[in-house]
Amino acid sequence: MADNVKPRVRVPKTAAKDEVITIKTLISHLMESGQRKDKDGQVIPRSIINRFTATFNGETVIDVQMEPAISTNPYFEFEARIPDAGEFVFTWYDDDGSVYEDKQTIELA
Amino acid sequence: MLTQIRLSGLAMACLMSLPAMAQTAPDATDPIIINDGELQLETVASTPEHLEGVLPELYSGWLFRDSETQAMQTDDFENPGMIFVDQGIDDWNMVDGNAGKSCASCHEGIESMKGVRASMPRVNGDGQLWSMEDYINDCRVERMQAEALDWNGDRMKNMTAAISVQSRGMPMDVAIDGPARPFWEQGKDMYYTRYGQLELACANCHEDHYGDWIRADHLSQGHTNGFPVYRLKQAALVSQHNRFRGCIRDTRAETFPMGSDEFRALELYVASRGNGLPVEGVSVRH
Repeated sequence: MADNVKPRVRVPKTAAKDEVITIKTLISHLMESGQRKDKDGQVIPRSIINRFTATFNGETVIDVQMEPAISTNPYFEFEARIPDAGEFVFTWYDDDGSVYEDKQTIELA
Repeated sequence: MLTQIRLSGLAMACLMSLPAMAQTAPDATDPIIINDGELQLETVASTPEHLEGVLPELYSGWLFRDSETQAMQTDDFENPGMIFVDQGIDDWNMVDGNAGKSCASCHEGIESMKGVRASMPRVNGDGQLWSMEDYINDCRVERMQAEALDWNGDRMKNMTAAISVQSRGMPMDVAIDGPARPFWEQGKDMYYTRYGQLELACANCHEDHYGDWIRADHLSQGHTNGFPVYRLKQAALVSQHNRFRGCIRDTRAETFPMGSDEFRALELYVASRGNGLPVEGVSVRH
């Protein structure tokens, strides 16, 4: 696992039925592009998060393929319609095989 | 009559000898409203006594930034510096060193550090001027029997960030009298000393030309109340001494090392110029 990786998510605790809510996610990650060289001229190997997904009650809300040009600490903000109470699962997939996950439940107001 | 003419002649001579000043006040002086009103940080403060006649008012560097950058600082979720605050808090609670202690073992919650940032750097019991980094390493080495952290390393910056946030909103209030006076004088000398092939002193930009363009950015008054800063350019936290080093390097001079006595003195003087502005904890800058 890469160093100091910590997912952060902001989801409202409640929403009205069929309300469109804003979701913000941020994960601390170096996102080493594979283009840089170290002091000795050796290429620093690529090490990024290559995929981010969010599901709500098992249904895909967003599925993003990520590329090396994406900056360090990638931030995603997106909207989702809430048909029912349930659980969001956010998943980040690292090049090194690590998977980081965060879950947030939401109630109907 | 003759006296009057002579006086006005003298006044003219004075005017002509002044350098071209172009202090430009920011367009707006709105406060920084964080997390939809949870905390409000004023961006203007009245000039401390020792700067009267030099700066009309103190302006936070936040006022000179683009609106998008300003917005990032108004929400702790969108402020990328807060990632590192979280990491610093984790470190605060983590046992390290041969004594089997963490910071929390002695100091308990990190909230106990409230007020520390606003008074740094300050003179310790032995009469030395210490930055927050010195206090952290003293605790680590003496009490925790752990290794000192690298001044510019991630763990140190995370820790100073986590400690700084505890004082967010408190006015900067560094002591400049008594034992601090000689250090302050040394820092003041440095502030007005022209360095490097470009022969630039801190004052040439941050006092004479704040609000004006420098390359593609606006100069601020150079206050340190927002440090450590999350700089978008580096996509990382930047410490005060690293920022000093960068500025002096940009004058094409040999810089002082981070953690040097010179930079501690400069840190004290620059902090005193911002006495009255609130600690911005981890600010976001270009």
